[in-house]
Amino acid sequence: MQTLRDLVRYSPSFRYGGIILLVVLLFLLLSFFSPYESDERRAVPRNEPPSVQHLMGTTSQGQDVFWMLTFAIRNTLIVAGLAVVIGRGIGVVLGMISGYLGGTWDRILSAIVDSFIVIPRLPLLILIAAMLRGQITLIGLGIMLGLLDWAFPSKRYRAQILSLRERDFTHTAVFSGMRTFKIVMREHLPFIIPFLLADVVSGFLFAIGMEVTLAILGLADMGSQSIGTMIYWGNYYQALLTNRVWVLAAPIAASIVVVVGFYLVSIGLTTYLDPRTRVVRLQVKN
Amino acid sequence: MKLLKSFILPRIVQYLIVIFVGVTLTFLIPRLSPVNPIDSAMGRLTAFQTMSPEATVALRESLTDLYGMNGSMLEQYLSFWRRVLVFDLGPSFTNFPTPVSELIGTSIWWTAGLLGFSTILAWFMGLIMGTLAGYFPNKWWSRSAENTLITIYPVPYYILAFILLMLFTYYWPIFPLVGGARGTPGFTWSYISSIFYYGFLPALSIIISALSFRFIISKALTSSERSSDYVKFAEMAALPKRKILFSYLIRNTLLPQVTDLGLSLGTVFGGALITEVVFGYPGLGTLLLGAINAADFNVIMGITLLSIIGIATASLLVDLSYPLFDPRVRYE
Repeated sequence: MQTLRDLVRYSPSFRYGGIILLVVLLFLLLSFFSPYESDERRAVPRNEPPSVQHLMGTTSQGQDVFWMLTFAIRNTLIVAGLAVVIGRGIGVVLGMISGYLGGTWDRILSAIVDSFIVIPRLPLLILIAAMLRGQITLIGLGIMLGLLDWAFPSKRYRAQILSLRERDFTHTAVFSGMRTFKIVMREHLPFIIPFLLADVVSGFLFAIGMEVTLAILGLADMGSQSIGTMIYWGNYYQALLTNRVWVLAAPIAASIVVVVGFYLVSIGLTTYLDPRTRVVRLQVKN
Repeated sequence: MKLLKSFILPRIVQYLIVIFVGVTLTFLIPRLSPVNPIDSAMGRLTAFQTMSPEATVALRESLTDLYGMNGSMLEQYLSFWRRVLVFDLGPSFTNFPTPVSELIGTSIWWTAGLLGFSTILAWFMGLIMGTLAGYFPNKWWSRSAENTLITIYPVPYYILAFILLMLFTYYWPIFPLVGGARGTPGFTWSYISSIFYYGFLPALSIIISALSFRFIISKALTSSERSSDYVKFAEMAALPKRKILFSYLIRNTLLPQVTDLGLSLGTVFGGALITEVVFGYPGLGTLLLGAINAADFNVIMGITLLSIIGIATASLLVDLSYPLFDPRVRYE
């Protein structure tokens, strides 16, 4: 709580990012009050430009773009959230294993992690998605993205844990007979959690970008609304050539707003975590 | 000798592991998927015509053979490796008798030209702009460049490319919508100039997105380097700013930057899928998209393999070149 208050007070980018993400959250919550089903067609008059009744216009399939967008933001964030939970889960566990156990385990795991970092993810994702064509669900997409995004985080946690292990307070704790589990949980976790937070945000950026990319190639779950599928169907029904820009503008604007929000928050967090700025801040406070 | 043993050998082992994991994944993914490529190919072939049972069996057998899917899993795996080593990935299915390697061979030049050119240009521009902005963080131009590029950086690349496409081919149509060049290929002025004309927008989109990343990184590196003692000393000794910047400071930030350049040149072989799809540019990405849509698995696997091998080789070369750039690695 204290940390959050500090962040809002000292980091303008965190403040603005937070406000943007609150708006995004509002959209997400609005989707539960939508008057239409998410895939309902011909619910409203077709091809209407934005008006008071239809805030962002309607599509050629008779869907209200505004309410579509609320579903799209919800689904995109679900996919990204799932990917982040899985990816960071694997990353933290592997990082902890190779950081704490060390020795042979560390060498084997590091070799695996280093090879996975080098392997390009987009072609693999495309290969998997192309194989699963038409059978992939939002949940499946999230799991897939998560399974491909753990190598970098795990390397970072390993480095973090290695440095924590060598700190004086760890030695003090070990010598005074504190149990290893307790040291990890009580003494090290508070250091890891802020890093995890910054990492979660960058994981969201990766997953959202990939979701949009795959959907645009027609490789995501095309039946449900997401930011990427909205753009895909907008293009598919020639929104641009028939001068119905609002169909495309809404998801494009939404994707930019969401990623910029996450990115600002992550800049705020990273600056906050940087030990050099932290020292300056502590001096200001006292 | 020590360098070879403690530095070069582990890198080569790492490289072999990467290639091994990559090839294995490319082998396993199609076979673990619930969609059987042979069944789907059979479905497409027999959708519009009836075939006699014998012909169906014969067709299935030859398809199984073409996809390298006869025999046990282990036999398939070994024969897959054999074919990878000679880069023979069988025929493409949509352009039937043409081998995959030939298809890739013709489209790789478009991709390599476009990506190679724009990656290197963006790297140099980003490096210089970022270093200047990091050294003079309070100038108005440095702040405005930073704010613009920080907003552009997180935007998914597709969105960026699509906005450029909308602006310059639809609202203000000064660039062509699709294609790689005009006229007959040859060493003539009109053909070569049309390559640049058609490549401008795709290259611009790549440059903008790569530039913003490079700018942010090199600004961060420079501002942390700026507070080190040698820079302070050089400033006190009243060395010209230009000399401090380009002879000392930039060289110390260069190592991670060269790494990134090598790695991004390695991704050239994977193709700029999104760029080519958005701008309708002929190249590996377009080939890949076509293959995805037609479920042409041999082509998809070929491009995936090529991109894995490309980036692994690039990272090996980058690692091996460290001793040339950085004396600290050389003497350790």
